[in-house]
Amino acid sequence: MSIEKFKTILSTAIPLPIENVDTDQIIPARFLKATTRDGFGENLFRDWRYDKNGGIKPDFVLNQDRYAGTILVAGKNFGSGSSREHAAWAIYDHGFKVVVSSFFADIFKNNALNNGLLPVQVTEGFLSGIFSAIEQDPGTQLKVDLEQQEITLMTTGEKEYFQINPYKKECLLKGYDDIDYLLSIREKIARFEQSET
Amino acid sequence: MAGKTLFDKIWDAHVVEKIKGGPSVLYIDQHLIHEVTSPQAFAGIEKRGIKVFRPQQTVATPDHNVPTVDQHLPIRDELSRFQVNKLTENCTKHGITLYGLNHPFQGIVHVIGPELGITKPGMTMVCGDSHTSTHGAFGSVAFGIGTSEVEMVLATQCILQPKPKRMRIRVEGETARGVNAKDIILYIISSISTSGGTGYFIEYTGSAIRNLSMEERMTVCNMSIESGARGGLIAPDQVTFDYLKGREFVPSGADFDRAVEKWRTLYSDEDAVFDRELQFDAADIVPMITYGTNPGMGAGINEKIPSPEDIEPGNRDSFMKALAYMDFEAGSPIAGRKVDYVFVGSCTNGRIEDLRAVSQFVKGKKKAPHVTAWIVPGSKQVEKQAHEEGITKILEDAGFKLRQPGCSACLAMNDDKVPEGKLAVSTSNRNFEGRQGPGARTMLASPVTAAAAAVTGVVTDPRTFIS
Ligand code: SF4
Repeated sequence: MSIEKFKTILSTAIPLPIENVDTDQIIPARFLKATTRDGFGENLFRDWRYDKNGGIKPDFVLNQDRYAGTILVAGKNFGSGSSREHAAWAIYDHGFKVVVSSFFADIFKNNALNNGLLPVQVTEGFLSGIFSAIEQDPGTQLKVDLEQQEITLMTTGEKEYFQINPYKKECLLKGYDDIDYLLSIREKIARFEQSET
Repeated sequence: MAGKTLFDKIWDAHVVEKIKGGPSVLYIDQHLIHEVTSPQAFAGIEKRGIKVFRPQQTVATPDHNVPTVDQHLPIRDELSRFQVNKLTENCTKHGITLYGLNHPFQGIVHVIGPELGITKPGMTMVCGDSHTSTHGAFGSVAFGIGTSEVEMVLATQCILQPKPKRMRIRVEGETARGVNAKDIILYIISSISTSGGTGYFIEYTGSAIRNLSMEERMTVCNMSIESGARGGLIAPDQVTFDYLKGREFVPSGADFDRAVEKWRTLYSDEDAVFDRELQFDAADIVPMITYGTNPGMGAGINEKIPSPEDIEPGNRDSFMKALAYMDFEAGSPIAGRKVDYVFVGSCTNGRIEDLRAVSQFVKGKKKAPHVTAWIVPGSKQVEKQAHEEGITKILEDAGFKLRQPGCSACLAMNDDKVPEGKLAVSTSNRNFEGRQGPGARTMLASPVTAAAAAVTGVVTDPRTFIS
């Protein structure tokens, strides 16, 4: 089972200028009862998107028509809290390919990468630049080039280099997944077990 | 060459190979699974047409999504029942030991691992749950993983992991009466924030940590993740060995002595270098409680909620957003607020010592009439012991409602939800918006602080009851 190959993305973005967005906000626990990976997008940010009777909360960005795109831009320390991979599934299932923030929680970052969702960590300054550009014009486009490890704010041409583990980069670009790799070294793992005992 | 940290010793001994410029292939000694984060992993390996590689190194129990009443009956909620049944089905099919709902060993994964002696010093342990860090209390490298990684472990007993950096947190001196492990860790997190530990594995040390019981050490390690850290650990010592001796899955007799000899080598060398070191004075720590919507927003129970001016400009918006959600005013006192619910339970504080502490506190008292007080033992064994020690009776006499083991209101996946707008003092680990139910407001505190709130009906410093 491989992941989708990651191609350069040029898209408008949805701004979520909130810090410490935790996994309970991304996907509340009561929606974790499914036994498949599908359909979590529907409940992404559930309690921010809908009120308790299922009514739409018009103030929330995902409910506003002027914002669209495959890039989610969020405040710092995104994805803190639980290890639920459902958070990454929900974001991906909703149609996002990239999450931009100035800081990511570790487990979330791993989970995202394992599902073909690219976390792009930028500086605080660049992040606030993106937020103000989108505020002025929701049609602002961002370009995310994984090969070059570069994110560009198209309106101004401002660019920033972002870090990614070279192995993970390769996996995303080629659509490989970790399990295939681990399965290929099962004999080596068995030898390791022998040497341990 | 500089010495090694405890973390390095364990980690390095489990590296099967290091991928150039990439993560390490880390061998996992012990894997724990539960019903919520495993079904997609089993589906994954089945799709690949493979079997579980080392089924004897995985143990399963349903906890997150189980009802905490009438556990002998079929689960009423259809989706929950399906999920729990799926776990049984997967374990049967793949030859994995399962402690199901009516098994005497069932309970929250992080409570049963230690109490059964599945958790041992020097191990690598993972589970699809971030509070796997709990097991680090035994001097093991234990951390939470996502479902893709659960699949990796099922398929190969390994995961690919970049090596975290190392942090050492020393807590020296003696804590005051009425201050316990939960206060220590809430104090640390409020000092370093919920991202202060990100990228690190924390080793806790110092006399105040050494003086903690195993159960208290688990409380500290449990909440490491709330600082953003990958995990936390404490070097094993006599307290650890005494706790382990005689437990179900711990070797006995000469084998135990041999094991202890090996475990005694598990410490950070004198000259080991940490990437970051912090020190706290135990005497500064008071009973803590959170007032906001992340575990770093905590303060001494007699303090006031900070004013916006006390908060760094960059964090003011989220501070105000949190207070708006909590319906609290900046600058107002924390103590004295009316409490609607008290929840004692979870993998942070649902062990027998926690129940004992609460029962000692409430013995001969009654909960305030307007408070709903839930006590949820962390496991069947804790529940049994509470009955045997007469704790159940004391708590019931005081008006507390004892429920059956599970995660319960810690994450409110089942029916144990705090109603919208209600204020709960909880011994669990997360106070996120809606964590304990949509619109529920949570203040995190220690079991005695929770007990004090239950008895007085308002947020109360438990020390006022200590003579
Ligand atoms: S008690 Fe809470 S934190 Fe612990 S495993 Fe259950 S849901 Fe997670």
